[in-house]
Order: sequence, then structure tokens, then C-alpha cells
Amino acid sequence: MEYIETGFFRHHLEVFLEFRSVLWESTLETLYMTFATVTMAYAIGLPLGMFLVCLGKGGLFPNRAVHAPLSFVINTTRSIPFLILLVALIPFSRLIVGSGIGNNAAIVALVVAAAPFIARMVETALNEVDVGVVDAAKSMGANNFQIMFKVLLPESIPSLIRGFSITTINIMSFSAMAGVIGAGGLGRLAIRYGINFWRYDIMLIIIIVIVIIVTIIQFLFNLLATKIDRRI
Amino acid sequence: MIELRNVSKIYTTGERALEDVTLTVEEGDIFGIVGKSGAGKSTMLKLMGLLEMPTTGEVVIFGENAGAYRGAKANAIKKNIGTVFQGFNLLMQRSVAGNIAFPLEITGKRRHEIKTRCEELAELVGLSDKLRAYPASLSGGQKQRVAIARALATNPKILLCDEPTSALDSFTAKEILRLIKDINAKLGMTTVIITHDIHVVKAVCNRMAVVDEAHIVEIGKTAEILANPQSAKTKELLNFDI
Repeated sequence: MEYIETGFFRHHLEVFLEFRSVLWESTLETLYMTFATVTMAYAIGLPLGMFLVCLGKGGLFPNRAVHAPLSFVINTTRSIPFLILLVALIPFSRLIVGSGIGNNAAIVALVVAAAPFIARMVETALNEVDVGVVDAAKSMGANNFQIMFKVLLPESIPSLIRGFSITTINIMSFSAMAGVIGAGGLGRLAIRYGINFWRYDIMLIIIIVIVIIVTIIQFLFNLLATKIDRRI
Repeated sequence: MIELRNVSKIYTTGERALEDVTLTVEEGDIFGIVGKSGAGKSTMLKLMGLLEMPTTGEVVIFGENAGAYRGAKANAIKKNIGTVFQGFNLLMQRSVAGNIAFPLEITGKRRHEIKTRCEELAELVGLSDKLRAYPASLSGGQKQRVAIARALATNPKILLCDEPTSALDSFTAKEILRLIKDINAKLGMTTVIITHDIHVVKAVCNRMAVVDEAHIVEIGKTAEILANPQSAKTKELLNFDI
């Protein structure tokens, strides 16, 4: 152990200062991948979840013939381990972003993994809305569009925000695996120094950085969800 | 105002909720429909509110065979019907004002119109000081007042009440019934009340029907039925008191 002479904290502080620029760069890469994935995955997952609710049993326009296969595809995608999905999607990523490796290829795989997860979460959140409230809106002559955008979505916003925080953290955690296909970020940094060079000191610093980011995300969104929720 | 003509309702589950039911609610009535749970009274209200379609027979509202309408045509009729529910069914993420405004927003009313109407209605139900409060902070009686205000927002011609007092204590229940009676007198609104409690009917309804096992067993003026009940079911309901 190198830090026996210098002391634990001092050693890690020195390593942190030595590596701060590459740490910063990697943090930005992780945030970039996470942010880009969250945006695109929600662009797909949110409408998909809304659609599932409409098609589902007791939904606004129930249709088993469409709901069942859609549900099957979502379950299948969700059950593939991300590491395998990441590698399996290399040809697909090449088709979409022109390269099978790197940050953008990783984003493709992350979106494919996250969108079904988001769709399920949105579905659960919207289905939690009291049936009675939907009945009340129907009795007033609200059309399906109004029920979706004036009842289901606004009533489930606190739940959706909590889901958003979980999703973001999950995506960040998955993005750490993306180092396998040559994407950057804190994940690759940890793999490179921690596994290849046995530098546990750098690994520890990376873990602390990740924990800080996750805590901030969790704290902010939970605060927002609580502030916005009128039931409490 | 509302007519059920030989209406039967069989749900897709095979349950026969109503069989060959005929009844007329006249303009200005407070019409009570009383029966045990599972008797078919809730189905009757759903048919009147166009939330369900009859399997056979006609549901005539405002002289139109509205029971056969779907989509936008049904929605247009529904905007002239207000409904109050046992469980209040308020939007929890909207304030009292927001809840009362909801049906007005749906009909595309302008913002300043909505604001004035909300204030009017809040005063009518005695909640002027609660417009900015959220349902979670209200008592059961207050929640039902909001629900009544919301049901009246679009000036409907019909008010349907589904067990409006069942979730309330007896004191609050009386207040809510008094409010429903006042509204009927003040606005001349045709009102239908569904209840399992014949005392509710006794307190406010001028006409009534007793429902049992998917059939109407007795129908007529409340005073006459209560003074001289013909059906065994009516007698049973009358004699039941906790």
C-alpha cells in the first residue's frame, strides 16, 4: 500500500489532484451520456407508456391485440442483461450513429435498454391514478385526449418525477458498463485504472464522485416531487 | 327529462344488472333510487350518465335516445349532466378552484369566465374561503361540497348523485342533503339520488323507486310509498334501522 507513508487522506487527496482533469473529463462524459440517454429514452418511453395505459385493460381505448405484443417486446428487451445488449447492439449502433463503439454507440444501447423501462414506469404511475377520478372526468364529457393530459398525467406527476430520478440513476449506473465498447466516462476510468492497473485508490475516488452525483440527483428530485405533491 | 324504456343491462361478464326496467324522472324531481348493494341501482345511474350503454331498451335524455350515443355525441349530452360520487373523486393535484374549473376547462370556457363562475359556486356551497386549498386538507363534507360545486359548474339540467352521503358521518350527511335540496329548489335542477339508505330518500326525494335483483319492485311518490308500502322489499328497507 503506497499510502502507508503519507496517510490515507493525504494520499487520496494527492491522487485526486493528480487525476482531477481526467476525472472531470470523465464526469462530463458520464453526464453527457446520461443526459442524452434520458432525453431520448423519455422521448420514446413516455409516449409508449401513455399508449400502453390507453390500450390496457380498463384503458381509454383497450386493445389486447396491440397491447399484448407491445408488452411482450418490452418485457423481452428488459430481460436482456445490459452488458449483453450493449455488445449485441453494436451492428445496430453502427447503422444509427455510424460507429459501433464509443460514447454515441453506448447511448444507442442505453436508449434501447432505458426506453422500455421508462414505458413500464410511466404505465405504473398512470395506472395508480384513482379510477373514480377518471370516471368523474368521463361523466363530465371529457374526451380521451383531455383525460390523458388533464387528468392522468397531472395527477401522476409526483410519481413520474420519482420515477425520473430512479431512471436517471439507473442509466448512469448502466453507462459505467459502456466502457466495454470503448465509451468514456467514469465507468471506463474505473475499469482502466481499477482493473487493469489495480489502482484501488483511483477507484475509491471514482466511487465517491459517483456517489456524490447520485445523491445530488436523488435529493433534488425527491425534494421536487415532495414539493409538488398536493396530497401531502 | 330522463326516461328508461324497457332497459336491460347485461355486462360482458354475464352479470344481469337490470332487466326490463322502465322509469321516468320528471323535470324538477328529486328522484330517489333505493336498494341493497348489487340490486342494480348503480347501473341505472351509469346508464343515465351515459357511462354505460343499455343492452336492450332505450335511455332517453332531453327527449333524445342518448343511450345509443357514443363519442363526441355522448360527450355533448354529458356536459348537461353533473355527477356527484360517493368517494368524491376530486383531482388531488388541483386546488378547490381548479377542481370546480375542470368541467369548464373541458367545455373550453375563457379564463375570466371560469374565475367568476368558481367564486359563484364556492359561495353557493359555502366554501368561499377554501378556493385555494387542496382536497387533501379538506374534511369529507367539504370535499363533497367541492364535488357538488364541480358538478354544477356547467349549469347542467340534471344532477346525478351516487351514494352522496355514504362516506360521511350522519351530521355531515344531513348538511349535504340539505344542500342538494336547496340547489334543487333554487336552480330547479332535476336530481337523481342513488342510495342504500331509505332515510335519505325520505329526507329529500319527492319521488322514488325501490330496486331489487335487477327489477323495480315499487315506484311512485315518496310520501305515498312510505305511508303505504306495497312491496315486501320496501317494508324490509323501511324496517331496517341501525
